[in-house]
Amino acid sequence: MDHRFKRWRSFAGALLLLTLFVVAVGSAQSVQYPQSTLHPRGDFALMVDKLFRTTLLWATIVFLLTEGALLFVIFKFRGKPDDPEPKQVHGNTMVEVIWTAIPALVLAMIAVPTVRTIFRTYEVPKGADVLQVEVIGHQWWWEFRYPQLGLTTANELHVPVGRTVAVKMVTQDVLHSWWIPQLAAKRDVFPNRSTTLWFKAEEPGDYPGQCAEFCGIQHGRMAFQVIAQSPEEFDVYVGRMQATAVRPAAPAAPAADSTAVAKPTAAGPALTTTTLAATTTAEADTMPGSQLFMMKGCIGCHSLNATVPMGIGPNLAGIGRRLYIAAGWLENTDANLAKWIQHPQTVKHGVLMPDLGVTDAEAQSLVAYLRQH
Amino acid sequence: MATSVLDHAGAAGIHPEKTGLWAWITTVDHKKIGILYGASAFIFFLIGGLEALLIRWQLMKPDNNFVSPEFYNQLFTMHGTTMIFLAVMPLSAMFFNFFIPLLIGARDVAFPRLNAFSYWVFLFGGLFLNSSFLFSAAPNGGWFGYANLSSKQYSPGLNMDFWAIGLQILGIASLAAGVNFFVTILNMRAPGMKLIRMPMFVWMSFITQLLVLLSFPVITVALILLMFDRLFGTNFFVPLGGGDTMLWQHLFWVFGHPEVYILILPAFGIISEILPVFSRKPLFGYTAMVFSGCFIAFLGFGVWSHHMFSTGMGPIADSVFSLATMLIAIPTGVKIFNWMGTVWGGSIQLKTPMYFALGFIAMFIMGGLSGVMHSTAPADLQQTDTYFVVAHFHYVLFGGSIFALTAGAYYWWPKMFGHMLDEGLGKLHFWLMLIGFNLTFFPMHIVGLEGMPRRVYTYPAGLGFESLNRLETYGALILGFSFLVFIFNVIRSTRSKVHAPADPWNGATLEWSIPSPPQEFNFPVIPTVHGRDPFWDEKRAQGGKVPEPARVSGAGIHLPNPSYWPFLAAVGVLLLFIALMHHEAKFGPVYIFAAVSVLFFSIFNWVFEPAEG
Repeated sequence: MDHRFKRWRSFAGALLLLTLFVVAVGSAQSVQYPQSTLHPRGDFALMVDKLFRTTLLWATIVFLLTEGALLFVIFKFRGKPDDPEPKQVHGNTMVEVIWTAIPALVLAMIAVPTVRTIFRTYEVPKGADVLQVEVIGHQWWWEFRYPQLGLTTANELHVPVGRTVAVKMVTQDVLHSWWIPQLAAKRDVFPNRSTTLWFKAEEPGDYPGQCAEFCGIQHGRMAFQVIAQSPEEFDVYVGRMQATAVRPAAPAAPAADSTAVAKPTAAGPALTTTTLAATTTAEADTMPGSQLFMMKGCIGCHSLNATVPMGIGPNLAGIGRRLYIAAGWLENTDANLAKWIQHPQTVKHGVLMPDLGVTDAEAQSLVAYLRQH
Repeated sequence: MATSVLDHAGAAGIHPEKTGLWAWITTVDHKKIGILYGASAFIFFLIGGLEALLIRWQLMKPDNNFVSPEFYNQLFTMHGTTMIFLAVMPLSAMFFNFFIPLLIGARDVAFPRLNAFSYWVFLFGGLFLNSSFLFSAAPNGGWFGYANLSSKQYSPGLNMDFWAIGLQILGIASLAAGVNFFVTILNMRAPGMKLIRMPMFVWMSFITQLLVLLSFPVITVALILLMFDRLFGTNFFVPLGGGDTMLWQHLFWVFGHPEVYILILPAFGIISEILPVFSRKPLFGYTAMVFSGCFIAFLGFGVWSHHMFSTGMGPIADSVFSLATMLIAIPTGVKIFNWMGTVWGGSIQLKTPMYFALGFIAMFIMGGLSGVMHSTAPADLQQTDTYFVVAHFHYVLFGGSIFALTAGAYYWWPKMFGHMLDEGLGKLHFWLMLIGFNLTFFPMHIVGLEGMPRRVYTYPAGLGFESLNRLETYGALILGFSFLVFIFNVIRSTRSKVHAPADPWNGATLEWSIPSPPQEFNFPVIPTVHGRDPFWDEKRAQGGKVPEPARVSGAGIHLPNPSYWPFLAAVGVLLLFIALMHHEAKFGPVYIFAAVSVLFFSIFNWVFEPAEG
C-alpha cells in the first residue's frame, strides 16, 4: 500500500474517532444542569466565572497549539526502519529560551486577574443593608440562622434578590464545605474557626447546592436549596417564619388538634387538604400529630419554632412548604415525608435520626401535623 | 543463581541454578526484586481497577443502590490509596530496581538486602491494608484522611486504624528504597558516567528519591499523630481537645503535593528514554530537561496549599500559592516542548512503546492545562472537590503516569523477560486504552463544571448528571478491557519460544548492550562511559552494529549472598504494627514484645551476616 495513502487513512481514522467522541459528549449538552458553575446568577459566581473564562480561553489556545503541533510532528516525521539516520540535534538555546518565555507571558496574563480576584473574594461586604446569614454544618444537613431576624431554619435558605448576603460558617461536627455554584462558590466549614462567603442573587430562582467536603457516610445526601425571591416575597417568608413563635407548637387539646387536621388553617398548604382529610377520618383512633410529635420523641431533636435556635436535628418550622426533605434532595411529597418519618435508616442509611417504630397511620398523622408548619 | 522464570538465563554461567519460592524469598538481586515489585504492583493495580469499576457501576444511573453508601466510601478510599501507594509508586519502583543499576552500569544497588527489605515491607503493607476488606472495615475516610472525620469519635471502627497504620508500613518501605536508590545513583555509577551524562530516567528517579526522602517523614509524623489520637486518646486533631484540623491538612499536603511529583517524575524519565530511541535522535535539550526536573521538584514543596484554597487561608496565602503553582507550568512546559523537539526532525518508528509515549504527551498536556486552570484560586473555589478535579488528576496520573509506565513496560519487556510482546496486540491495547480513557475521564471535566461534587455515592435525577455518567461508565469498561488485552499479550509472550535479541529497538543506553534477560551479574566487565548515549556511541564506533552479546561465565564476580533476614525483618515490622492495633487486648504488651523481638533478632542477624561470599 502506498505510504502516503496509509498515512491519510490513519489520519481519517483519528478524525472519525474524534468526531464520534465530540458527538457523544456533545449530545449530553442538551441537558439542563441546575447546579452548574457555568451559568452564574450571583455576583460572586459571576466574578469567578469571568476569571474561569479567561483561563479557559488561554488553556484552549495552548491546547490547540500544542496538540496540533504534536499531531503535526507525528505525521510529518514518520520514518521507516531503513531510512537513513536523521540529523543528530542536541538542542537549540534560542528555541528553548522562547518556549520558556512564552508560557511565562501567558501565565502573567492569568496571574494578574487571579490575584485581583483573590483579594475581592475576601472583601466581605459590611453595612446595615447586608443580610447576615450563619451557616452551621451538621452530619448530614445544613442549619441556617438569620441573626438580624432572630430566625433559624434548615436546608432551605431564603434570600432576597438584589441584597448582598454575608455568610459566616462553622460546623457542629466534622468538616463540610458549603457550595452554592450558581450564586457564589464553595467555602470549607471548620469546627474551630469560622469562614466566610458572600453573594448577591441577581435573579429570582431555586438554586441547588450541596456539601462538597467528604463528611462521612451520607456526604452524598447533604444538599440544600437557596431560594432567591423578590424583597416583598422574602418579607412574607420572614413574617410567616416569625409567626411560628406564637403558633402553639406545644401540645394542644386532642380535639382541637384533630379539627385542625381535618380543616387546615389558611396558612397551611392547600395541596394536601383533601387527601389528608380522607385519611385522618379513616384512622380516627390514631393519636393526633401534635401528640405523636411529643410521644415519639421528635421534639427531642426538632423544634417547630423558627425563633428558637435550638435542636439537635433540623428546625422544622416551615417544613410544610419546603421543596425538599432529608437535606435538600428528596422531593417533599406526603408519601416521601411519611416514608422518611417511618424509615429514616432506609431512606438515608446511617443518618442520626433513628427508626422510631412509627406506624403507617401515625406517619400520616405526623405528616398532616407537619404540613401545618 | 538465575531464576526459574528466566529459564535460559545463566545457561552458560557456572553459578548453580536456584529456583522456587525460597529463591524468591531470599533474593537480593535487584532484577528479581524488580520483577517482584512489578508483579505485586500489577495485581494491586487490578484490584484498584476493580474498585474503580464498582464505583463507575454505582454512578452509572442516579439514585442507584448497587453498593451501600458505606461500601462506596470504602471503595473510593481504597481505590485512591491503592493506586497511589500500591500501584503507581511500586510500578515505578519496578523500573528503579530493574533498570537504575543497568542504566548506570552497576552490578546491583548499593544495599541489596535493604532493597529486599523494602519490597517485603511494601508487600506486607499492601496486604495489611487490603486485609481490612475481610473484616468489612476497609478505610473509609478518603485517601487524604481529613481530620476530624478521621478521629475516633466520627470514625469509630477499625477502618481508619487500618489506613493510618497501613500507610506507615508503606512509608517505611518507600523511605528504605529512597535511601537505597539515592546512594546507588550517587555512588555506583560506572566509570565516566558523570551526573550530567546520566540517562534522563536515572535523573528523574534521582529527583524522585529526594522527594521521597523529604516528604515521607512529614506524612509519617502526621500518621503517628493521628494514630496517637485514635489509639491513645491524644488530641492533636480533635478540636474539642484544642487540636487543629487545619494542621492535618497542612501536614498531609506538604507530603501530598510532592507525592504527585513522586508519581509523575519517573514517568517523565521513561518517556525521555523512549522518545529518542524511536525518533533515532538524542534527547533535545538534555540540560534543560535536568534542570526543569529539579525546578519542578523544588517548587513542588512550595505549592501544597493549592489543595486548600477553599479553606479560606486569606488573600496573601491564596495569592502566593496560586502564583507558585502557575510557575510550575513553566518547567513542565519546557519538558513537553523538549519532548516534541526530540521527535521533531526524527525518523519516527511507530512501535507500541512509542504509541504510548506519544499518547502520554497528548494526555499529559491536558492534565497540565486543567492544572493551570485551577491554580487560579477563585476558579478553584468552584472546581475543587468536583469531578473537574477528578478529571484533572486522572489526566495526570492515568494519562500521564500509567501511559508512561505502560510505555515502559512494552519498551523494557524484552530486556526483563527475554520475550517480545506482540506489536498488534500492543497497538490494540493502546487504542482501546486511549479511547476508554478519554471516554471515562473527559466527560468528568464537564460534569464537574456542571456541578457534580466528588466522593458522593449517588446523585439525584434532575441535576442533569446521568447521561455523562453513563458515558463515563462505558468508557471505564473499555479501559478495563484494554488491560485484559495486555494480560493476554503477556501470557502469549511468556509461552512463545522466540527469544528477544539483546537490542530489539536500537537502544541508546547500556542495558541494551547485554543479553536479554541480563545475567545475574549484569555486566561481565563494568563498562566505561564516554557520552550521554553510551550504547549508540559504541555502535557508531563499531560501524553501526555490534554482535549479539554472548552469555558468559560469571566466574570470579562477587555478588551479594541471598538472605532471608530482610524478609524476616519485614515480618517483624508487620507484626509490630498488628500488635500495636491490639495494644488494648489482654496480651497486648506481650504481642508487642514478641513482634519487637522478631524485628530485632532479624536485624541483629542481618547485620552480622557476611554480605558477600
